[in-house]
Amino acid sequence: MKILVTVKRIPDPDEPLKFSGGVLDTSAVKWVPNTFDEYAMETALRLAEHVGGSQRLAEVIVMSICPAGQRQHVTQFLAMGGDRAVVVDHDDRALDAQTVAEAIAAVWKRESCDLLIAGKLAQDMEGNEVAQRAAALLGLPQATFAATVAWDREAGSLTVGREVDDGVESKKIPLPAVVSVDLRVVLPHSVKNGATPDDHAYQEGPRLASLRGITMAKRKKVDVVSLADLGVEAKNTSPIVHAEPPPPRPPGQIVESVDELVEKLATEAKVL
Amino acid sequence: MSTVLFIVETHQGKAATASLHGITCAARVAAAHGAELALLVLGADDTAARQVAAEGYGAAKVLAGVHEALGTFTAEAYGDAIAEVARATGAIAVGATATSSSRDALPRAAAMLRAPLVSEVVAVQDAGLLRRPVAAGRALVDTKIEAAPYLFTVRASEFPAAEASAAAPVETVAVGDPDPRGAQVLGIERTESARPPLTEAKVIVSGGRGMGSGENFKHLEALADLLGAAVGASRAATDAGMVPADLQVGQTGKVVAPDLYIAVGISGAIQHLAGMKGSKVIVAINKDPEAPIFQVADYGLVAKWEDTLPRLTELVRARRTAEA
Repeated sequence: MKILVTVKRIPDPDEPLKFSGGVLDTSAVKWVPNTFDEYAMETALRLAEHVGGSQRLAEVIVMSICPAGQRQHVTQFLAMGGDRAVVVDHDDRALDAQTVAEAIAAVWKRESCDLLIAGKLAQDMEGNEVAQRAAALLGLPQATFAATVAWDREAGSLTVGREVDDGVESKKIPLPAVVSVDLRVVLPHSVKNGATPDDHAYQEGPRLASLRGITMAKRKKVDVVSLADLGVEAKNTSPIVHAEPPPPRPPGQIVESVDELVEKLATEAKVL
Repeated sequence: MSTVLFIVETHQGKAATASLHGITCAARVAAAHGAELALLVLGADDTAARQVAAEGYGAAKVLAGVHEALGTFTAEAYGDAIAEVARATGAIAVGATATSSSRDALPRAAAMLRAPLVSEVVAVQDAGLLRRPVAAGRALVDTKIEAAPYLFTVRASEFPAAEASAAAPVETVAVGDPDPRGAQVLGIERTESARPPLTEAKVIVSGGRGMGSGENFKHLEALADLLGAAVGASRAATDAGMVPADLQVGQTGKVVAPDLYIAVGISGAIQHLAGMKGSKVIVAINKDPEAPIFQVADYGLVAKWEDTLPRLTELVRARRTAEA
């Protein structure tokens, strides 16, 4: 079993955005891994490891498209427990979602993967499309917005609890397949692999890299390839031509009591 | 004449409210291109398509895409069908409201069509120039598209609902051979509620980590029921398991824009603000005067919910009683 986990570098979401000449200026941002991709990595590791046993059930390959010299986020994922990495050396900002999906599909085929796990969206551009596109290009079934994942190793399938608008959908997909993860997948009991005891409670959230993990990450194999090596043409068919901050809300007022609040909602805002 | 295609989701045989808002956006896309608007309804039979056609919604026609594999929604089969209909009709743009289903299926169709997709459109600036929010609502960006076709999803809260018009003609459209690729939907665990859905409610009462426990949400529910409101929650509250995740409002949950949004015990993390900043009137009740929620609130009350919710509920009840 080979699991491919994709990670996008994004500008630190806690830092203010910089607008310059009608576009977003990302020339001096601090790059961090997309949070949903950290959840994807945690999901992959929980599937791959046998808590209480010794064998590893899957190899976890980390993939990112980024300038090869700016891959701290990849190193971080290796330190979390990824086995090795493939870095596609290209400025990801210049590529559209289709190109990214084509690169993922190409790496998938090169590595003969069985499962792609991705974050449901990147917090910067919020496209929410790359995992689905990759699944379509590979002709695979998909389970997006996963809150729970249970792996049936004998049947070679996953049963995924998906966050949908009116509740949680249970979807069973045969492997090979694509999964995109939502935030509840990192709750203590969300991922089952049939080897780790079902009642094992993971620590909530994506794991932090251990000191040993950080040391080991430096020795793990990282293949650096180009889009051309993968037979993928770089393109951007949906460029952003303008960016601006949203209009500010008019300043509000502090009220002193519930009675004043209700009075103002009724007579001033007219919403009661 | 070129065609803009809009996929209408149906609920109990009728167009879903969220889709009606999306139709308005699609009509603007069509107008910008000088194209006609066609609605596409997919399913195992054409009953829903005929219902939609009877209401018209200003569309030139309604296409019924019928196949047994479309009886239950799967992204795999729907993605195939949407791509096939887009090819067959030569549509220049294909849209749908940004629901969990369209966000699941449309990117698949886009990949098969090698087409760009613009997610969560909030404004149509021009032909092939669509505005959408990014980075948790901290920026609005305009995406320029010259390719045809392109796909788009619509943020329902930014457009008024399309109204019924003269009936539109129904045409059957071939959907090819949609293939679920072995995927099986085992069922949906619905969050049962007598309250309106979050994305449709005119009033939302939302609680955050400050509520302390899921048990305490009953105080919000009592207020919500008096107001005919939906109950929402911040990610901090859903992460802590106080309430189900589908109540979550924010970048990672639902995007809402009701007439009145009452945030109780919610600090106002950027990702939460991204989901409710479009609300017409925002009320924040929080004991921490420094909470960022106060920066977007029209009315802020610095107080503990324990000291305010009972009185607020009482006053609202008195108003309701006086009205009745």
